[in-house]
Amino acid sequence: MRIPASKYPVERLTLPNGLRVVLTPDRAAPVVGVAVVYDVGIRSEPQGRTGFAHLFEHLMFQGSESLEKLAHFRYVQGSGGTFNGSTHFDYTDYFETLPSNALERALFLEADRMRSPRLTEENLRNQVDVVKEEIRVNVLNRPYGGFPWLRLPPVMFDTFANAHDGYGSFDDLESATVPDAADFFDRYYACGNAVLAVSGDFDVATATALIERHFGDVPARPAPTRPDFAEPDLTAERRSSYEDRLAPLPAVAAAWRVPDPIKDLEGYLPYVVLAEVLTDGDASRLVERLVLRDRTVTSVGGYIGFMGEPFAVRDPTALVLQAHLPPGGDVDKVLRTVEEECQRIATDGLAPDELSRTQARMATHLLRDTDAVLGRALQMAVLEQQRGEPELLNQLHTLIGGVTEEQIIAAAAELVPSRRAAVEVIAGGAK
Amino acid sequence: MTAETLPRSIPVLGPNRPLKLPKTVERTLDNGLTVIALRRSSVPLVEVRLRVPFAKAHLARAALLTQTVLSGTTTMSTVDIAAELQKVGGGLSAGADPDRLLISGNALVGGLDRLLDLLAEVLTDANYPAEEVSTERARLVDRIRVAQSQPSHLARAALLKRMYGKHPYAIQTPAPEQVEAVTPGTLRTLHAERLHPAGATLVIVGDIAPEKAIAAAERMLSKWDGAGSAIELPPTPELRPGPLTLVDRPGSVQSSLRLALPAVSRRHPDHAALQLANLVFGGYFSSRWVENIREDKGYTYGPHSLVEHAVAGSALVVAAEVATEVTGPAMLETLYELGRLASLPPKEDELEQARQYALGTLQLGMSTQAGLAGLVSTYAGFGLRLDYLAEHAARLARVSREDVAAAAAQYLAPSRIAAVVLGDAAQIEKPLAALTAVTRAAS
Repeated sequence: MRIPASKYPVERLTLPNGLRVVLTPDRAAPVVGVAVVYDVGIRSEPQGRTGFAHLFEHLMFQGSESLEKLAHFRYVQGSGGTFNGSTHFDYTDYFETLPSNALERALFLEADRMRSPRLTEENLRNQVDVVKEEIRVNVLNRPYGGFPWLRLPPVMFDTFANAHDGYGSFDDLESATVPDAADFFDRYYACGNAVLAVSGDFDVATATALIERHFGDVPARPAPTRPDFAEPDLTAERRSSYEDRLAPLPAVAAAWRVPDPIKDLEGYLPYVVLAEVLTDGDASRLVERLVLRDRTVTSVGGYIGFMGEPFAVRDPTALVLQAHLPPGGDVDKVLRTVEEECQRIATDGLAPDELSRTQARMATHLLRDTDAVLGRALQMAVLEQQRGEPELLNQLHTLIGGVTEEQIIAAAAELVPSRRAAVEVIAGGAK
Repeated sequence: MTAETLPRSIPVLGPNRPLKLPKTVERTLDNGLTVIALRRSSVPLVEVRLRVPFAKAHLARAALLTQTVLSGTTTMSTVDIAAELQKVGGGLSAGADPDRLLISGNALVGGLDRLLDLLAEVLTDANYPAEEVSTERARLVDRIRVAQSQPSHLARAALLKRMYGKHPYAIQTPAPEQVEAVTPGTLRTLHAERLHPAGATLVIVGDIAPEKAIAAAERMLSKWDGAGSAIELPPTPELRPGPLTLVDRPGSVQSSLRLALPAVSRRHPDHAALQLANLVFGGYFSSRWVENIREDKGYTYGPHSLVEHAVAGSALVVAAEVATEVTGPAMLETLYELGRLASLPPKEDELEQARQYALGTLQLGMSTQAGLAGLVSTYAGFGLRLDYLAEHAARLARVSREDVAAAAAQYLAPSRIAAVVLGDAAQIEKPLAALTAVTRAAS
């Protein structure tokens, strides 16, 4: 099936203070998406301050130069909009979707906190409490909490930057201070370290004028030099296991390093496709074999990057496979079968249509992610930040479609046990 | 640029865009299937939602049917179906609740015919092969076991039981033993008895003219046939206020608070006022309750309050996960905020803010293919069409402070709460009992 192209228009500009801006107008629905992405994430947290990037994200909602605490939420929602923010390994984003008559208001709100968030002791203590509840909900009080995104990196990586717990320990969170936050803001929340993207129902000239009006006097501060987070590939398998007292079934996740997503996009793309060949749907290799035929797992998934966002992550990152097993399931057997199936691709290649149908389905997923104006703004902001190439969003599904069988074969041959980091969940809650 | 004096003033909003509804084309095919199509050209894709009434379907059989309806026909295997769907960038999945079976899918827009063709194949010829049924049965049992280890699931299950007593809504997840007893034969029977076009609704939204989408549905789905009588659930029972039900989860580091309150359907004259009352109370971030227990006290991360609509009745559900040691204080603030709104009218600016949110999010909800398809399909299940949104927007615009006060007094009154708390009973029973009568759930 011919894969259709998307043709989102892209306008780029850089303000005199260094803020990079991406505009992608679309008048089809009376809504706009506004995203501000800062080039700082979990990897940049200082030692002894695990979870700080995420805690700081919370603090960015606690009032700013001209806005009292709670004002940000009230102005967005009182304009008929929605908001959120999220912290990733390599970036932190802040975003709103609003009816288009609220565009200027959203720009004002983002500019105000880019100039100066209100970092107070009271707000810090309050948000440490909120973040602890977030960690309890998502990690401590439920089965498989943080599996595998918090569990694999410490097995695969050696440096603090890549290996530490990105949600943070309660000790570290409680030790955070207002000066820590001020420091973090000074270092990383420079406008030269940010990208603003706006998508949806606006006129480019009008939006440009509004952006200049509201962001123009954000003080110019250059981006900090990004440290090199590189680590060598594994040369021998690494295995780890832990007991999850709430988990009723065993589970396992395994990861293999992949080529640099930014510097070697061509070498990287086959792994993005391979993850889907292996796990996307009932006709994929591992679902067919492990779930439907052998019944050695009850579910299996595969993706790139520990958060599953192949085009918003930098090196070092990995192809991740994860599976839940039936009661009493044999993790080693599952890993052996994965090895066997990768080997089978490496030696026998793919079935007719196997690659093209996977690519067609990937195109649907990629296009679907850009349907919402906010999805477009967020992705273009990150593509601008990490690659200086927001228009790549229009080409991703075509690039995916250009990956060849030979490239898949070569990538599959790399998923060997000696390059693998694996973590096993022992079902402490099995009855 | 001149130096700004602080604080800078907030830009005023531009003029409100009037709510513009996309054109809807609807046709009932000869076999009784209602097809509703809308165009949204943002991406070259198409979304489909097939909604089939499923009231009173056997719980475990319905659950397993959703996992096996795509597991093979007389001519195709599970893998064949999945691969054929993939070829057009497509996928299908099925789910059920006590009101309906829903088959959802999407594909590259050029693949709509093939997607519908495969959907028709499955609807007319799914044969529930023994091997696949046995695999999916075991997987479903495993999934239910995982669900039963999740506090959110356990709290929900306890709340449904508390709310609905003997009504079919009371239990929405089958027990593993019930699933284990389901055979391919019973699935075939359930399919033959209940998967009929009469009463079903197919929604198609995508980058395609509605007339063409309907023609495709007619071409592909006319062979789907059969009829059954409409099966309706009795209305949901009135909530029974009374002692809070405490469900013990030893060692839990959080407590799951769940409060049910009465609510009304989308067609009821009080609906718009109740929606706004709920927003002012706790239905969005900038509500009294969220600002209180999260942004002031730090008791919780993601509290929410929502009017839930099911075909047989509506209810308002208040939910929060709070640290074990603040379970009592969190409940106190929750009761306080409900009581405050039930006793005193909201301020004008609180109402305006909630109103703008309600009106704005109507626009956002319609701005994607998937959002629009889901909305139209859900409304269809309640006999509504998209034009309902225009009427609803007009009603939201008219609601006064007095209307919100009256709705809050009637529906948000703490005296009407049916409450469940799941948590470490040894630590939370006493603090809760200081606020309200508590009874332990039968285990």
